[in-house]
Amino acid sequence: MQKVYSKILSVSGNVITVKAKDIAYEELAEITTSRGKSLAQVIKLEKDIVSLQVFAGSAGISTDDEIRFLGDPMRVTFSDNMLGRIFNGSGVPRDRGPELSDNLIEIAGPSVNPAKRIIPQNMIRTNIPMIDVFNSLVRSQKLPIFSISGEPYNELLARIAMQAEVDMIILGGIGLKYDEYMYFRNELEKGGALNRTVFFMHTASDPIVEGLMVPDLCLAVAEKFALNGKDVLVLLTDMTNFADSLKEIAITMEQVPSNRGYPGDLYSQLASRYEKAVDFEGAGSVTLLATTTMPGDDVTHPVPDNTGYITEGQFYLRGGRIEPFGSLSRLKQQVNDKTRDDHRAIMDGMIQLYAEYKEAEEKRSMGFRMNEWDNKLLKYGDLFVSGMMDLSVNIPLEKALDRGWEILAQCFKPEETGLKSDLIKQFWPKDLE
Amino acid sequence: MSKNIGKITGIAGNMMTVAVEGNIIQNEIGYAVTGDEKLKAEVVKIQGDTAFMQVFESTKGLKIGDTVEFTGEMLSVELGPGILGMVYDGLQNPLNELAEEHGFFLKRGAIIPALNRETKWEFTPSVKPGETVKAGDKIGSVKEGIFDHKIFVPLHLLEEYTVKSVVEKNEYTVDTVLVKAEDAQKTEHEFKMYFNWPVKLPIIQYRDKKVPEEPMITQTRIIDTFFPVSKGGTYCIPGPFGAGKTVLQQVTSRFARVDIVIIAACGERAGEVVETLREFPEITDPRTGRSLMERTIIICNTSSMPVAARESSVYTAVTLGEYYRQMGLDVLLLADSTSRWAQAMRELSGRLEEIPGEEAFPAYLESRIAQFYERSGLVELNSGEMGSLTIGGTVSPAGGNFEEPVTQSTLKVVGAFHGLSRDRSNARRYPAIHPLESWSKYVSVLDDEMVQNARKILSRGSEVHQMMLVVGEDGTSQNDFITYLKSEFLDNVYLQQNSFDEIDGATSPERQKYIFKIITSILNMDFNFGNKQEARSFFNTLRSKFIDWNYIEMSDDKFKQQENDINNLIKEKSNDAESIQ
Repeated sequence: MQKVYSKILSVSGNVITVKAKDIAYEELAEITTSRGKSLAQVIKLEKDIVSLQVFAGSAGISTDDEIRFLGDPMRVTFSDNMLGRIFNGSGVPRDRGPELSDNLIEIAGPSVNPAKRIIPQNMIRTNIPMIDVFNSLVRSQKLPIFSISGEPYNELLARIAMQAEVDMIILGGIGLKYDEYMYFRNELEKGGALNRTVFFMHTASDPIVEGLMVPDLCLAVAEKFALNGKDVLVLLTDMTNFADSLKEIAITMEQVPSNRGYPGDLYSQLASRYEKAVDFEGAGSVTLLATTTMPGDDVTHPVPDNTGYITEGQFYLRGGRIEPFGSLSRLKQQVNDKTRDDHRAIMDGMIQLYAEYKEAEEKRSMGFRMNEWDNKLLKYGDLFVSGMMDLSVNIPLEKALDRGWEILAQCFKPEETGLKSDLIKQFWPKDLE
Repeated sequence: MSKNIGKITGIAGNMMTVAVEGNIIQNEIGYAVTGDEKLKAEVVKIQGDTAFMQVFESTKGLKIGDTVEFTGEMLSVELGPGILGMVYDGLQNPLNELAEEHGFFLKRGAIIPALNRETKWEFTPSVKPGETVKAGDKIGSVKEGIFDHKIFVPLHLLEEYTVKSVVEKNEYTVDTVLVKAEDAQKTEHEFKMYFNWPVKLPIIQYRDKKVPEEPMITQTRIIDTFFPVSKGGTYCIPGPFGAGKTVLQQVTSRFARVDIVIIAACGERAGEVVETLREFPEITDPRTGRSLMERTIIICNTSSMPVAARESSVYTAVTLGEYYRQMGLDVLLLADSTSRWAQAMRELSGRLEEIPGEEAFPAYLESRIAQFYERSGLVELNSGEMGSLTIGGTVSPAGGNFEEPVTQSTLKVVGAFHGLSRDRSNARRYPAIHPLESWSKYVSVLDDEMVQNARKILSRGSEVHQMMLVVGEDGTSQNDFITYLKSEFLDNVYLQQNSFDEIDGATSPERQKYIFKIITSILNMDFNFGNKQEARSFFNTLRSKFIDWNYIEMSDDKFKQQENDINNLIKEKSNDAESIQ
C-alpha cells in the first residue's frame, strides 16, 4: 500500500516536513514537483511529523507537491549487468543504458562480526613502486590518499583502477567536477578496464544529498560482489566532499556542531563506511581507497584527522608524488615478507638513505659545504625521485626492487648502504661499477 | 518490578522517545519491537510520561506507534564462570557464538546469553545449611582455567540470609540452583552460579580501598622505570594517530604481570582487534604455560558497530574487571580508546539536545570520565584478601592536540600520563612515550635518585639539541655535546624498545635494575675525548653494543661476554673506569 500526501508543512535547506502516519524510519519517498521527480529519505520522526531529506534539493518545491511513501529504505540493484554502467547518487543510470531494477539490495547494512574477520595477508599489486615496494596495499585494507586541491589524486586513482590486481572496481565520485568525471570515464575506457568497473557518479552540480548516498551505494554493491567471491576495489573521491555534505545536513537539522561545524558523529559516520572493507573467509574481499583533500593542507582538520584514526595508514600525495614520509600502510608487514627476500631491506634501506638525502639537501640549501658523502646522497636522491617516486614510473614490484639495487649501486659502495651482507651478495648488480 | 509497555512517539538517529504509562526507571532496558526483531534500548532521560531511549542497534524501519517492552531492569551483565577467554560486544553478547549462528554479519536484534548455559562446572560448596551469609560472601568455587572462580552470594542482595540447603560437590550448569537460603522474613532465595549486575554501578562490596603502591610490571622499560603504574592505579596514553597507542596496549596486554587482562576495543578499527583475536589463542603465557587467551577477556565494540553500545562497552568491561577483582585477583583493563567513548556520549547528548560544553562534549564529560577511572583500585576484600583493578585508557585527541577536553579531563583523574609524541614516532623512536612531557605519581621499580638523575640528563640533552639546531655542532661546547650524546645514548638503548622482539620486547624488573645501574654510571662518567668526532663514534659503538646486549637473554652466557665487551670499551675512554663496577 502506498501512501500519498500533498501538504508540506515546512521547507528548510534540503529538508522538508510533512504530516503522515505509519512511516518507517529511513523509509524512502518520492516527491513529484513541477521540475520532475526526486527521492527523499525519512531522517526524523516526531509524532506524526515526518522530516525528509530531499535528494534533488528543495529548490522549486511547492507546499502542495505530492509525496508518495515507498515503504522501503534505500536500495540498489545488484547484478552483473551493472559492470561498465554509470549510475548517479540515487542509483539511477546516468549513461544512456537501460534502467536496472532487478534484485534490489539494502544499502548501509549491518557491520561484519569482528569474530569473523581474518588477518589480511594478500598483497594487491598496483605497479606503482611507491605503493608496491614501500607501502604495499593489502586486500581488505582501507586507505585514504591525503592530498590538496590541484594534486593529481584522481589521475592516481584512475591508474590504480586500471592496474590493480583485483577482479572488479567500483568507483564512487562525490562532488566531482564534470571534467573529472569525464576524465575517469575516458581513462578507464581507454585502458580497457570499463567492463570490470561500476560507477556511481555524483558531480558538483548534482544535488548535495545524492552525494551522501554514493559511499553507501558503492559499498553495498561491493559487499555483495565480495560475498559472491569477487575481490573488489572501491575507489571513493573525494571523502571531504562527503563530510561537507554531512555537515550541511547536520546544520540544517539544527544539530549541535562539534568541531569546525562538523557534526559530533563525523567519526562514526566515516567509520561505518570505511569499516566495510573486509576479507570474507572463503569468499571475496572489499578493499577501499579514498581521496581526502585536506583544506589548507592541514592534516589536523577534522576530516583527515578523523579519517586517520579510522583507516589503516595513509598515502600523502604532495608535489605530484607519494611522499615517503608520513605515508604508511599499517598492513604492509603482513605481506612484504612473502614477496622477495630483499623487499623489506630495500624498503627500509632506501627510505633511510632518502632521509639522509633530505638532510644533505637542507644543508646544501643553507650554504654548508658538501663533502663526498653528501654528494653521493644528492645523486642518490635525484635518482630515487626520478626512478621510484615519480608517478609515471610503471613497473612491477620485482622490477622496482631491481631498480632499487641499481640506484644504490650507481651511488654507493655496498657497505655504505647499511644493507645486510648476504642480501648484497645475492642482489648487488654485478655489471655496474 | 514494572513490566511496562510503551509506544514510540519519535525517532531521530539512534534516539527514540517513548510514551509510557506507569513507572519508568532511569537506565531501564526496553525492547523496541519491529516485525520479528527486538531492538535493545536504554532509558537515558525521563520527562513526564516520555522516556528518551537510546537504541543499541540501527533504528531503520522503526515506526511511530511501535511497541516498546520494558524489562524493569537496568543494563546489566551476567557475572559467573565462563567469562574468561570470551569475546563480547559492548552489551556482553558473545561474538563467536553470534558468528556461528548468524554468519558474517551482526544481525540486528540477535541476542545470545553471555554465559554458556550448557557448560558444566565442577562446583565445590563452601557453606553448610544453617550458616548465615550476605552479599559477596563465597558459597563455593569452580575451576575456571587456572583460577579458582569464587561463587558469591549475589552482590545486589541487601540482607543476611540463612542457608537452608546446598548441593553436593558435582558438575553443574550456571543455571542450576546451588544454594537455597532464607532472609529474616522467611522469604526463600535461590543462588545460582551467576547473577546480573547493572554496569553503571560500581561493585563496592569490599572492606576497604587502599592506596596503590606495588608496581604493576609492564616489562616496558620506559614505563616501569620512568613512568610506572601501580596495581590498582590508573594511567592514560594520549597520542595522535599512528603514534603507536594500540601497539603499546597490545604489548602491555601480553607482557603485563597481572592475573587477568580485559581489552576493551571501544570504537576503534576492527582489524586491530582481529590480530588479538587470532593471535592470543596461539601465544603461550610464559607464566602459566597456558594460552594467553585463557586469562584474557575481549570487549569488542569497533567503530562501525552501534554507537550506543560503544558507550556501554567501557562500563561492561570495568564491571567484569571489578567482578574478578572480588576474587582477589589482579586485573588490568585496557580501554582503547576512551575518546571514542566520549564521542559516543557527545552523540547521545546532541540527540538529547542538551546544552553543549566545550567542543560540543556534554557538561558531564569530566565527571563521567572521573567516575570511570575511580572504579579502579586496590581493595581489601571482606575475606581479607587483596585484589586490584588497574585501568589504562588511550585517548585519541583531535589533531593530536592535548588541549582538548577528553585529554584534559582524563589527566585530572589519572595517576600516570604516557604522552605519545608524533615527533618520536616519526623518528621511529618506539615506544613513542615522550620522556620529558610524561609523568607518573607512582613509585618506580628503580631507585628514585637514579631515575631523577637520568631525567635531568634527558632534559639537559634536549636543551643542548635545541641549541645545536641554531648554532650548529661547531658552536656547541664539548661538554654540552657529550651531555647530548649521553642523553641520546640513554634514549636509544633504554627508552626505545623493540616491541616485536621476544627478548627486547619484555624486560623484567631485575634486568631493568641491572642494566639501568650500568647506564647510570655511564651517564655520570667523565670521558676523555680528543674531539667531538671521537666522542660521537665512541657513543655510536657503545650504542650498537648495548642494543645487541638488549637482544641477549640474561641467562645466556653471551650476556656476560657482551657486558665485558662493553666494560672494556668504556675503560679505554673513561677517566674513572672503576666507577662502573
